[in-house]
Amino acid sequence: MAEATGLMSQYAEEAMYVAGGTDLIPNMKHRLFEPTHLIALKSVSELSGIREENGYLRIGAAETLAEVARHPGVQKLFPALSDAAGHVAGPQLRNAGTIGGNLCLDTRCTYYNQTSFWRGALGYCLKKDGTVCHVTSVGKKCVAAHSADTPPVLMTLGATITLAGPQRKRRVPIEDFFIADGICNTRRTPVEIVTEIRIPLSAANRRQAYAKLRQRKSIDFPLLTVAVSADIEGDGTVQSINGVVTALGARPRALSGWDDLAVGSTLDADMIDELAERAHEQCHPLENLIVDADWRRAMVPVYVRRVLEKLLIA
Amino acid sequence: MPAVTQIVRLNVNGDLREIGVPMHFTLLETLRYELGLTGSKQGCDKGDCGACTVILDGRPTLSCITPVCEAEGHSVITVEGLADADGPHPLQDAFDLHGAAQCGFCTPGILCSAIALLEQTTSPSRREVKEALAGNLCRCTGYSKIYDAVMSAAQRLQVEAHLDRSHR
Ligand SMILES: Cc1cc2nc3c(=O)[nH]c(=O)nc-3n(C[C@H](O)[C@H](O)[C@H](O)COP(=O)(O)OP(=O)(O)OC[C@H]3O[C@@H](n4cnc5c(N)ncnc54)[C@H](O)[C@@H]3O)c2cc1C
Ligand code: SF4
Ligand code: FES
Ligand code: FES
Repeated sequence: MAEATGLMSQYAEEAMYVAGGTDLIPNMKHRLFEPTHLIALKSVSELSGIREENGYLRIGAAETLAEVARHPGVQKLFPALSDAAGHVAGPQLRNAGTIGGNLCLDTRCTYYNQTSFWRGALGYCLKKDGTVCHVTSVGKKCVAAHSADTPPVLMTLGATITLAGPQRKRRVPIEDFFIADGICNTRRTPVEIVTEIRIPLSAANRRQAYAKLRQRKSIDFPLLTVAVSADIEGDGTVQSINGVVTALGARPRALSGWDDLAVGSTLDADMIDELAERAHEQCHPLENLIVDADWRRAMVPVYVRRVLEKLLIA
Repeated sequence: MPAVTQIVRLNVNGDLREIGVPMHFTLLETLRYELGLTGSKQGCDKGDCGACTVILDGRPTLSCITPVCEAEGHSVITVEGLADADGPHPLQDAFDLHGAAQCGFCTPGILCSAIALLEQTTSPSRREVKEALAGNLCRCTGYSKIYDAVMSAAQRLQVEAHLDRSHR
């Protein structure tokens, strides 16, 4: 750890961390990042291991998505996380890609994830090498889409992220980790390493579910990801419920207004419709991904309904 | 910036190879352009298609997005290392029998993904086979014949294991 953060302090802007490389290397091939040095994190021992400690499940940031998906402890305590990790990309990418890299995944956009030649033909854009945003056309803000699958689930479970720099270590609740800036959508400073994710074991009692929309079910990034968790009493009364959607804007969005609707009521077909409608009202995707934004918006209530139905039988 | 050459030590198909490569090379570039192992294909070269799949420490891995340094100290198996001196791997025979390769561009990667699965289990369900091959795109066969070939190779391996046992 000390060596890694030391090297980062030394090389500063010229260096980047690499874990599985499944996001960074393709991006480097597109000249979206041009570091002269890569600092490899996979063999840093502090970043490995999945175990229960002090009332948390602790997942080392360099654990691969394949490992998170098949880990018996994760499957038993947080099945929605296993599900989400198991639906990232395809099998080879899950064997290399890590959960830490998933948290730090760069945002994605039709005008950005392209070759240097392609981007140059259009005069580049705000996020890299240019001065305009082709999505909002007038905007001075990048609205590229947060496109990682595990953060929404981790948000519904109240997870915390540990960041370590050369001097100090800090813990950030995952909902504070992301910011609504498509150019760089996390509060991680360049020198900091995400070392672990901690999920309170108390969240294991919550019902959890996750669903994902994508073009090809076998390999693609999400066009929409929905995660929910809820405390439901034996008689079916909802005690608490929360939902998070992503792949729309620059950060995952916690759905608001669900408590008012559902707490104290039962999660029946009408309630599911109302919650789906409430989600629909809040989501306004832009033309930042290759698939039509109106259609993606129309899919929000469809997927929220599906995920709530999953929750009923979870 | 000029390319910096470095010496890397790789374990490829059981052979130790020591080679000088430009430091920015991927494992795929090293296999193809330094070691002459052109079985692993350079399809998309950015992690989408699976044509470059090799087996790294038993796990199917995309060599086109693996920096070569990351492969040092690990075992790399490519399509060239699947058969042994006695003849093709049962899966390679099954591909032939079932017509599971047409243009053949995806085949080396698919063989690697499938053999990594067969090393784990010789009784996979068809669904497990599909899931194991989800990251390997094939534009020709429509996949059915590939799944048939993997299922029949699995059966062949079971029979061989059985015969081996009764021989002893
Ligand atoms: C074809 C394809 C499909 C994909 N589909 C999906 C998908 O469906 N869903 C999805 O979520 N992702 C998808 N991905 C992206 C990627 O595979 C995963 O998000 C993976 O989890 C990234 O992890 P990594 O370890 O490979 O990250 P890397 O590429 O190593 O790193 C990504 C970024 O995070 C930084 N970083 C990594 N680890 C740390 C750390 N511990 N501390 C600080 N910074 C760090 C790196 O510097 C870099 O900026 C896909 C990728 C491809 C190529
Ligand atoms: S949202 Fe705009 S600025 Fe951001 S990557 Fe896309 S085109 Fe570029
Ligand atoms: S060439 Fe590596 S995934 Fe396509
Ligand atoms: S046989 Fe041609 S791509 Fe698969």
